[in-house]
Amino acid sequence: MELNNEALLDIHHRMVRIRTFETEAGKLAEAGKIPGALHLYVGQEAVASGIMAHLSNDDWITSTHRGHGHLIAKGGEFGKMFAELFGRATGYCKGKGGSMHISNMDLGMLGANGIVGAGPPIAVGAAFSIKYRNVQNVAVTFFGDGASNEGSFHEAANMAALYKLPMLFVCENNGYGEYTPQANHQAIVDVADRAAGYGMPGVVVDGMDAVAVYEAADAAIERAKAGDGPSLLECKTYRFFDHVGVRGMGLSYRTDEELAEWQKRDPIHMFEARLAELDVLSKEDAVKIHESVLADVQEGIEFAENSPMPDPATLLEDVYA
Amino acid sequence: MAEQRELTYIAAVAEASRTVLLEQENAFIAGEDVAGAGGVFGSYRGILDEFGDERIVDTPISEEGIIGLGVGAAATGLRPIVDIMFMDFMGECMDEIANQMAKMRYMFGGSASLPITVITMSGGGMNMAAQHSQSLEAWICHLPGLKVVAPSTPYDVKGLIISASRDDNPVFVVLNKLSLGNRGHVPEESYTVPLGEASVVREGSDVSIVTYSRMVGESISAANTLSENGIEAEVLDLRSLQPMDTEAIVASVKKTQRVVVVHEAVRFGGLGGEIAAQIQEDAFDYLDAPVARVGAPFSPVPFSPVLEQAYIPNAGRIVTEVNELLNAA
Ligand SMILES: Cc1ncc(C[n+]2csc(CCOP(=O)(O)OP(=O)(O)O)c2C)c(N)n1
Ligand SMILES: [Mg+2]
Repeated sequence: MELNNEALLDIHHRMVRIRTFETEAGKLAEAGKIPGALHLYVGQEAVASGIMAHLSNDDWITSTHRGHGHLIAKGGEFGKMFAELFGRATGYCKGKGGSMHISNMDLGMLGANGIVGAGPPIAVGAAFSIKYRNVQNVAVTFFGDGASNEGSFHEAANMAALYKLPMLFVCENNGYGEYTPQANHQAIVDVADRAAGYGMPGVVVDGMDAVAVYEAADAAIERAKAGDGPSLLECKTYRFFDHVGVRGMGLSYRTDEELAEWQKRDPIHMFEARLAELDVLSKEDAVKIHESVLADVQEGIEFAENSPMPDPATLLEDVYA
Repeated sequence: MAEQRELTYIAAVAEASRTVLLEQENAFIAGEDVAGAGGVFGSYRGILDEFGDERIVDTPISEEGIIGLGVGAAATGLRPIVDIMFMDFMGECMDEIANQMAKMRYMFGGSASLPITVITMSGGGMNMAAQHSQSLEAWICHLPGLKVVAPSTPYDVKGLIISASRDDNPVFVVLNKLSLGNRGHVPEESYTVPLGEASVVREGSDVSIVTYSRMVGESISAANTLSENGIEAEVLDLRSLQPMDTEAIVASVKKTQRVVVVHEAVRFGGLGGEIAAQIQEDAFDYLDAPVARVGAPFSPVPFSPVLEQAYIPNAGRIVTEVNELLNAA
């Protein structure tokens, strides 16, 4: 797919939607309005947006505990998402899943996940199904640097390559698994190196650059659809908020300087600078987009706040077919 | 009388861990974010500074590796304490637990010793949804070779962790997240709470409530409510689930003739069924009514606070169950 102006604006819109949703969700969490744990995606927007710009509702993704960004980039509606985070009956999962299990089958989103590393094997199954049904789609599994240490990732990588499945392994390497820096959880610098051990290409991508992500995904998807098997894209990125919530537990496991360095490469600021340079989107028009997305987010919050709580009588519904 | 020193439930974990490291030179702690972060619940705060990174080790997110590390290190002479942050993550390492850790001594004809303590968290009530709220103790109680404890108080937390660490078998210490801030008396010195011994935490003559972990607190408040209506419930805190103190259960049944078993875990297939069976085997003639059970309904733990409240057993539900039991008899 060519990266024309329309595609650039589309990626920009996805990133702004994620940033705005997550920023407001973070505020609501800090105000005690969202129950449970919230893992926010701010800083990593270029990854979900650059990949998802290629996908349709018939392409499947698996996500992680940090999953709102993936669902938004895949077309998730703010109202139903906030409703789920608030535990309302109108949420994507009728209030039964919450942030860590937010999902939407119609959009091809096989769920955020509370179990680190659980996604890749499920995506193998989705890719197997795509191949079996002989349709021109792909399955994409998103996972973190920390998750790449789970056995489940390794089993999935081996099977996907073995069966030449139409699949992408997208590692969002944000440098930390919870509070542990990458150097303390694995002896390699590039997770992409692991691909070689399974017989698939492994590519390191600048995860703050949506165009780089888009282009890397383009090549990997082409390969997958041609029947040549999976690829691993390692997107180097950073989360601007803490592991959980905005300020987390206040642990000092990373420095303000490090955060500031990465924030200089804010994926949205960099992308907007590029769009301005290309005369695709002026600074003024970018501001308008942010404002209109914020209005959508606020509408979504209002919808969620005015939605009913689930009826306790539904407790036992949906355990079985 | 000097004022009794109090600690929180979670601070008792840290104090017990410190005591074990001081007492046993071959003990070390391993798990995700246990060292630098001091544990995501604060279970090991201060341990790294005092003992250094040889005795407390941050691991990758690799639960199968973590349990395997414990098994191999224990079999070759160390006394590991391994941390599985949420017991829901046991799914990632169930082979190492069920087929290796639990069976190695037996399969090897008794030649291997596995002094491992596994510390993990159970329970809901924090809106953590289906994969971070479960009470899966029945999974591990079903495995011959493992011991399982589930403390309800800070005192028992410390005493049971120290006992677990001195035992030459794998012992799971199943903690409860919603109890982390509970305060209670904890002596400064080292002490043990024996494995396999229940404790009568409230005396009563009309009905026995047999329970463990956070449901002990709910059962005591239920007993207080019942007492206002002239019903005196005895509350038995099992503390150890494997081995289980059947004698103490039977003694209480003989006294009250009526029993309600209470746990937070799903009722079907939960330990309540086992306890009820033991009672009918050993004290059938003393029963005035069938053994009643309170547990979670047969569904995953829901996220929405409204649904979760309807899901998790509480004092109100225990009171209702006791009243029904007494009215039926
Ligand atoms: C099987 C399992 N182990 C541990 C956890 C606890 N946990 C939740 S998120 C997380 C860190 C994940 O790190 P990474 O994969 O790099 O993703 P990131 O949070 O950086 O996006 C951990 C250890 C879990 N949810 N599931
Ligand atoms: Mg990470």
